[in-house]
Amino acid sequence: MAYSNKVLDHFKNPRNVGTLDKSSKNVGTGLVGAPECGDVMRLQIEVDQSSGMIKDAKFKTFGCGSAIASSSLATEWLKGKSIDEALSIDNMEIVEELALPPVKIHCSVLAEDAIKSAIKDYQEKNGINTENEGSVEGA
Amino acid sequence: MNKRHIYLDNNATTPCDPRVVETMVPYFYEHPGNAASRNHPFGWVAEEAVDYAREQIANLIEVDPKEIIFTSGATESDNLALKGVFEMYSRKGNHIITAKTEHKAVLDSCQKIEKMGGEVTYLDVDREGRINLKELEAAIKENTILVSIMWANNETGVIQPMKEIGEICRKHGVLFMSDATQAVGKIPVKPKEVGIHLMSFSAHKMYGPKGVGALFVNRKGPRVKVTAQIDGGGHERGMRSGTLNVPGIVGFGKAAEIAKKEMAQDAERVSKLRDKLEKALMANLEEVYLNGSKEHRMPNVTNLSFKHVEGEGLMMTFNQEIAVSSGSACTSASLEPSYVLVALGLGDDLAHSSIRFSLGRFTTDEEIDFAIEALTKGVSHMRDLSPIWEMYKEGIDLESIEWSEH
Repeated sequence: MAYSNKVLDHFKNPRNVGTLDKSSKNVGTGLVGAPECGDVMRLQIEVDQSSGMIKDAKFKTFGCGSAIASSSLATEWLKGKSIDEALSIDNMEIVEELALPPVKIHCSVLAEDAIKSAIKDYQEKNGINTENEGSVEGA
Repeated sequence: MNKRHIYLDNNATTPCDPRVVETMVPYFYEHPGNAASRNHPFGWVAEEAVDYAREQIANLIEVDPKEIIFTSGATESDNLALKGVFEMYSRKGNHIITAKTEHKAVLDSCQKIEKMGGEVTYLDVDREGRINLKELEAAIKENTILVSIMWANNETGVIQPMKEIGEICRKHGVLFMSDATQAVGKIPVKPKEVGIHLMSFSAHKMYGPKGVGALFVNRKGPRVKVTAQIDGGGHERGMRSGTLNVPGIVGFGKAAEIAKKEMAQDAERVSKLRDKLEKALMANLEEVYLNGSKEHRMPNVTNLSFKHVEGEGLMMTFNQEIAVSSGSACTSASLEPSYVLVALGLGDDLAHSSIRFSLGRFTTDEEIDFAIEALTKGVSHMRDLSPIWEMYKEGIDLESIEWSEH
């Protein structure tokens, strides 16, 4: 299967690879997927407490090229966004941007899950009630 | 280093040996005859060429030329052997025994047979990838007509105990069939020596052309018959109709002749390169595991798992230069990893991390050096990116984590 140039670019030069201090109050960590399924994504955000904006994002991914590209792209998009803006990122935007074929759509779903999971972690750590917003499950 | 392409996927298909191609060329235009045209020289020349090739192939596996039935490839041969025996011997019984690690051509034929009213036992394999002989013997029943066990596995290269299986089949009066596609032409394969009655193999796995294969069908003690699955002009002694692929068969014959002559030296050279690759990767990298038996396997194959690295992603780090295969099935809709590796008892995670290297006649020492370097770099790159490698390094027990299955 041929990959799009954008997938290849993110795969060869992944953006924002790394680890943030997960014990920090400003950091939210999302770990999704499972080794048995061949995909594990860890996505972290660091939020500027005064402005509420995401000032840094890092990832590490175990998976195929599309999974790595999806998470790399997600970190690029997250930086500089507010939490609400970040929550509105839809997996189909990732599919379009990277021109993922149908068999790889699950990679984009996983990236969206990772974003939501990282935000949820941040909100829980900071006692932010998300119940009324209804955008995060089981808050 | 210049842009290059290194082919370490010879179990998928082998390049056609230039000597084979040369032999085939006249049979496209100069000698265009149909081997079944009995009344003019064009037909006679074609028939003679086919007969000669049949002898070359029979000679390689030490059988009678009359016992070779030409087909379009090993998949067709597997279908013909299994379904053909099932139909032909339906009065004797309807039970077939095979193994979980067989090629899809065998497994899917067996499933079809089950739909047609047959009964199939799928034997487990051990950690080494080999069947248990006691389990095989215990599985044989009154109504068992056939045991189908491959000679060498396509993914792991693991070789089954053919002689012992043959003895059990003889003792119980059951036919023994083997898909020997990965073995013929690369290691000595003599079906009569081990008591095989039907055997599938293919030209394109032994440096011959694609689109031509054969089924060996034993003619004496016992005389085995299969019901044709393709009906028509009654070619190949009624077992497989259809105009013979003369250039393909000529190439198949030449490939067999070369294999007979060069097999021993090829195997020795290639196994040294394979061992070098395997040892270097295990020395350069941590947490590398060999899948399948080290002792009972093909000289040209190694199947390795690189822990906490996903196979398809790893392949992407070097697939512009090096061609290999992965047991990860990230491309398939099912997302399930190799059923062969899972049958060996590997966890799904290790199966997703596997790479099959299959070397061949044209693999060079320099290519192996290049592959060692590229793999070492690729695995390191992927581990730098891998959250589970990081956790493993921090001493976190991955089993203790509640993963979100998806």
